[in-house]
Amino acid sequence: MSSAAPLIQATGLKKRFGDFVAVDGIDFEVAPGESFGFLGPNGAGKTSTMRMIGCVSPVTAGSLRIFGLDPDEDGRTIRSRMGVVPQLDQLDNELTVLENLVIYARYFDISKAEARTRAGELLDFVQLTEKASSTVEPLSGGQKRRVSIARSLISEPELLILDEPTTGLDPQARHVLWDRLYQLKEQGRTLVLTTHYMDEAEQLCDRLVVMDAGKIVAEGAPRDLITTYSTREVLEMRFGRGRNAEFIADAESVSERVEVLPDRLLVYTDDGEAALVALHARDVVPDSALVRRSSLEDVFLRLTGRTLVD
Amino acid sequence: MSTPAAVRVAYRDWLLYRQVWRSNAVGAFVQPLLYLLGVGLGIGTLVDDNAGSTVILEGTSYFAFYATALIATTPMFNTSGEALWSTMDGFTWGNAYRAMVATPLDPRDVAAGFVIRFGARAAIASTGVAVVLALFDDTRSLGLIPAVFVGVLCGLAFAMPIAAWTSSRAQADSFPAILRFGIIPMFLFGGAFYPITQLPDALEVVAWATPLFHAIELTRGAVLGGLSTDLAVVHLAVLTAYIAVGWIACVRTIRRRLWP
Ligand SMILES: Nc1ncnc2c1ncn2[C@@H]1O[C@H](COP(=O)(O)OP(=O)(O)OP(=O)(O)O)[C@@H](O)[C@H]1O
Ligand SMILES: [Mg+2]
Repeated sequence: MSSAAPLIQATGLKKRFGDFVAVDGIDFEVAPGESFGFLGPNGAGKTSTMRMIGCVSPVTAGSLRIFGLDPDEDGRTIRSRMGVVPQLDQLDNELTVLENLVIYARYFDISKAEARTRAGELLDFVQLTEKASSTVEPLSGGQKRRVSIARSLISEPELLILDEPTTGLDPQARHVLWDRLYQLKEQGRTLVLTTHYMDEAEQLCDRLVVMDAGKIVAEGAPRDLITTYSTREVLEMRFGRGRNAEFIADAESVSERVEVLPDRLLVYTDDGEAALVALHARDVVPDSALVRRSSLEDVFLRLTGRTLVD
Repeated sequence: MSTPAAVRVAYRDWLLYRQVWRSNAVGAFVQPLLYLLGVGLGIGTLVDDNAGSTVILEGTSYFAFYATALIATTPMFNTSGEALWSTMDGFTWGNAYRAMVATPLDPRDVAAGFVIRFGARAAIASTGVAVVLALFDDTRSLGLIPAVFVGVLCGLAFAMPIAAWTSSRAQADSFPAILRFGIIPMFLFGGAFYPITQLPDALEVVAWATPLFHAIELTRGAVLGGLSTDLAVVHLAVLTAYIAVGWIACVRTIRRRLWP
């Protein structure tokens, strides 16, 4: 980790709703300029954590510092230096795209003239210039998401927090968004994002934590997590429903570890092709087989025993 | 130079209002005109000089008696609707208030924006009535100007407590009941159609507890005279108390809603 003072620092951070513990004492630090991810399944506590960072949800216990400030005391100051893309778009559907950006700038007390200039540049940045005077209502999901991102940047924030920025978008729209986020990172902004998507985390995050049921179960750079918790390659085999379990012993004999999913066997090994050849030699012939590189999905499966996205 | 937060919140309301202002402004003028022609003049000719009405109404025409109440009742209806459905939209369907409190604005600023929005809506509504009343001999008076101000207070005395209620609701299912069993009975029994002294004693006490009765006494007094300063102060104090309690409740419920 860099030697600069952390931009965000959480120690024993906890969030309770009534009796329910949504975030159960987590520790993490985010350095300036870093791109940091929260990865986890539904209900893991990602949004609850993001909302505490966003100073819109009081911390139940533990300590949280953003820019070295305490959200309880200096929420307003912290929020003025931060851009937020919420999990669900909070745009004004009846107003135009440009109006949405300008009113939001006014919340930061940015003058209307300045707001219009910045809005023009940002709409350019998210490639929505031609939609400036359209109302938000008829825009596609991906376009609305890009408006949300443009809006979060109108105050030129040092820190950007994005809650599932690309959920629900088609692959092409996701790639456009990733590219924009990558540019922001290159501009030296600090990004904190949540996602269910492994590829997104691998593409965008310098470092990430895997959350499950309110706790952090692993932390590190995506590649390091894969090296630590998984093998170089994975052999995926399908034998047909219900038959996968019959071949566990065979698979185990040629690999480091095996996971059984309802529809396939995952065989963890550094050389998937060799493992497949060895299995063929024992007359174990799957209906289909595929060798791929290990991903964060495998890390998650290893750590929690569950898949992240079905 | 920084602009007060409430004004910046209300800027959004202005952009939305701008889309409907024509019909809203015309409605603010036409609706009281219809009420007045229908109820004020129609019933007025039946009532005036009958059944001791001259004594009960202390010499004013029924038209003037009823018309001056509209300066209070019209903003009441207007802002109550606004404080229910339009406010709910900002918490649920559109989530605009959630977006606001993720910026340097806080729940108090959102509530302060409510004061401007409801105040402006009430001002438009009571001004519309006042303009219509200026057309008629019985009600043409400089007292219409302070009466508009009372109309604004009346609108806020309803809207702020109602908005506090709205902010605490997950669903809008209770809203029609608020209109049916809260607002409309006040309209009927709050002194708009006849002096509350005509009511059974128990109901008269209830009328005293409602903001509408006090607002009507003030608008009527401002335009037609006959209201003592002491009583005027009491009426203003009650309206102010409703607004103050509504404000405090609003800040709390908004905070609880948006910052769980
Ligand atoms: N305001 C609230 N009141 C009560 N419970 C809540 C509240 N907000 C969140 N929770 C609960 O806290 C848990 C964590 O929710 P959170 O939204 O943080 O999960 P998440 O990781 O963002 O999930 P997702 O991937 O589905 O967005 C869930 O079980 C949720 O029901
Ligand atoms: Mg979430």
